[in-house]
Amino acid sequence: MKEVELNTTTINFGPQHPAAHGVLRLVVELEGEVVQRAEPHIGLLHRGTEKLIEYKTYLQAVPYFDRLDYVSPMCQEHAFALATENLLGINVPERAKYIRVIFAEITRILNHLLNIPAYAADIGAVTPFLWCFEEREKLLEFHEAVSGARFHAAYFRPGGVHQDMPEGMEEKLFEHFKTLPKFIDDLESLLTNNRILRQRSVDIGIISKSEAIEWGCSGPVLRSAGVAWDLRRSQPYDAYDQVDFEVPVGKKGDCFDRYLVRIEEMRQSISIINQCLNKIKPGPISIEDNKITPPKRNQMKKSMEALIHHFKLFTEGYRVPAGQVYSAVEAPKGEFGVYLVSDGSSKPYRCKIRAPGFAHLQTLDHLSKGHLMADIAAILGSLDIVFGEIDR
Amino acid sequence: MIKFLTKIDGINNVLENNNLLEIEFEKNNIIKIFNELRDNTELNFNQLLDITAVDYPSREFRFDLIYILQSLTKNKKIILKTFIKENENIESITNIHKSADWYERECYDLFGIEFINHPDLRRIMTDYNFEGYPLRKDFPLTGHTEVRYDDLEKKVIYEPVKLTQEFRNFDSESPWEGMENKLFGDEKSTGEN
Repeated sequence: MKEVELNTTTINFGPQHPAAHGVLRLVVELEGEVVQRAEPHIGLLHRGTEKLIEYKTYLQAVPYFDRLDYVSPMCQEHAFALATENLLGINVPERAKYIRVIFAEITRILNHLLNIPAYAADIGAVTPFLWCFEEREKLLEFHEAVSGARFHAAYFRPGGVHQDMPEGMEEKLFEHFKTLPKFIDDLESLLTNNRILRQRSVDIGIISKSEAIEWGCSGPVLRSAGVAWDLRRSQPYDAYDQVDFEVPVGKKGDCFDRYLVRIEEMRQSISIINQCLNKIKPGPISIEDNKITPPKRNQMKKSMEALIHHFKLFTEGYRVPAGQVYSAVEAPKGEFGVYLVSDGSSKPYRCKIRAPGFAHLQTLDHLSKGHLMADIAAILGSLDIVFGEIDR
Repeated sequence: MIKFLTKIDGINNVLENNNLLEIEFEKNNIIKIFNELRDNTELNFNQLLDITAVDYPSREFRFDLIYILQSLTKNKKIILKTFIKENENIESITNIHKSADWYERECYDLFGIEFINHPDLRRIMTDYNFEGYPLRKDFPLTGHTEVRYDDLEKKVIYEPVKLTQEFRNFDSESPWEGMENKLFGDEKSTGEN
């Protein structure tokens, strides 16, 4: 037998490693310090969400979506709400559409305000982390004001949103988003021209246009490669066709481009929110059909019919006509889709969740080949990996 | 676009449903169909978004295998569907769409559908040494084993699931469809008698 001498070292990165952004086990084959092969082992956070949803009514399924990508909860509820509404054949009222867009964009800013400093922390900068968390806290207060929860909001429900924004909220949002651009400028002054950040991210983890499409990338990763593709623009849902915004694209598709795209997306989000705040008008916030949305609590105390509706909705739930549908939203991380099959009962027959991070993590082996071990942390950070959605 | 789709060999049924095309195809022609869908300039479905399955245990062709494709140039999504039996396998499309790699692994892991010529068909979501296919309808929601850290053995051990309370799945769907608009005795009021 021929003897082959291997000069490679195989090491385990994770499952517990601060730069792994969760529970990722990465088997890395190194030659010296150069990565030959990086093989992600995922599934350590697999909770069987899809199976669980098959045993829950449509309304009970909503909170599971908050727990997928726990950094951007509302955008995922959005995909599920759209899919269910599509099957039910209902159209939500105007105000609900604007509220959804406002909160989807707040969620996008929240997500990027976590990803950018976490990425910066991976490659050496600690200050942005502290700054951004303060800013995130202010935005989470808006989440709390409408839904009662900072993260697991369960706010976007099939048929509209759970409740209207409290009084004075619009002014508060308006005031807050006057100050946020200044914060983003400050954040950029720390990072964009920082020598270390540039050294660690320019020309690292390059993905070309065609590769990004082939690998199923979406969101900032696809846009950083120079593909001007945004579902909010190309297949607008809710009120996105009523607002005007730009889609930032990168030139090279490296880690630095992905960082720049995210920064610009935050600015665009602020502009979208301001436009929505100018256009939003008072009105109903969910469809007024008590066969799908529960009656208000005070009605329930007086009206027998409201009580019956309430009881039926929270035990049996509503029945959804048989059929299949695929609805996708532009979540902060990319295209988040829900493929829903209904058999006509009040529980989904099958609910497949298409997580953007799953496709992105798959490219890691390709992106990190030939780079140094230390670059893996940078690439992982720039892909915006959250294991809640990848492992589901 | 529908015109071009129906021309492809092996595509049976094209349905348009709110800006979404639903297509059924023959599983033996899969390679040809996916090549055609990607390379035909009129279709140009260049991005594979997802592969998944739906289990119908009572049917002879037990699984619906679903492929979701997107065309970035034509701004269109399609759902492709094929039917396969329990112990049948299907050609892998990893040579056509790179992203199919993990999607097919996931499908294999959760449904037990095997893909021929897949470069690395291993489990992906479930635990190492896991047995069974969790997303099949005959797999119990609670699973078969549970893990805990054993203080005496100083390691994590696997045991059969013990539930202090049985999993309760209420069938709250009412068999009663409500009253019809017609009341008993109504026929008397309309007739001449």
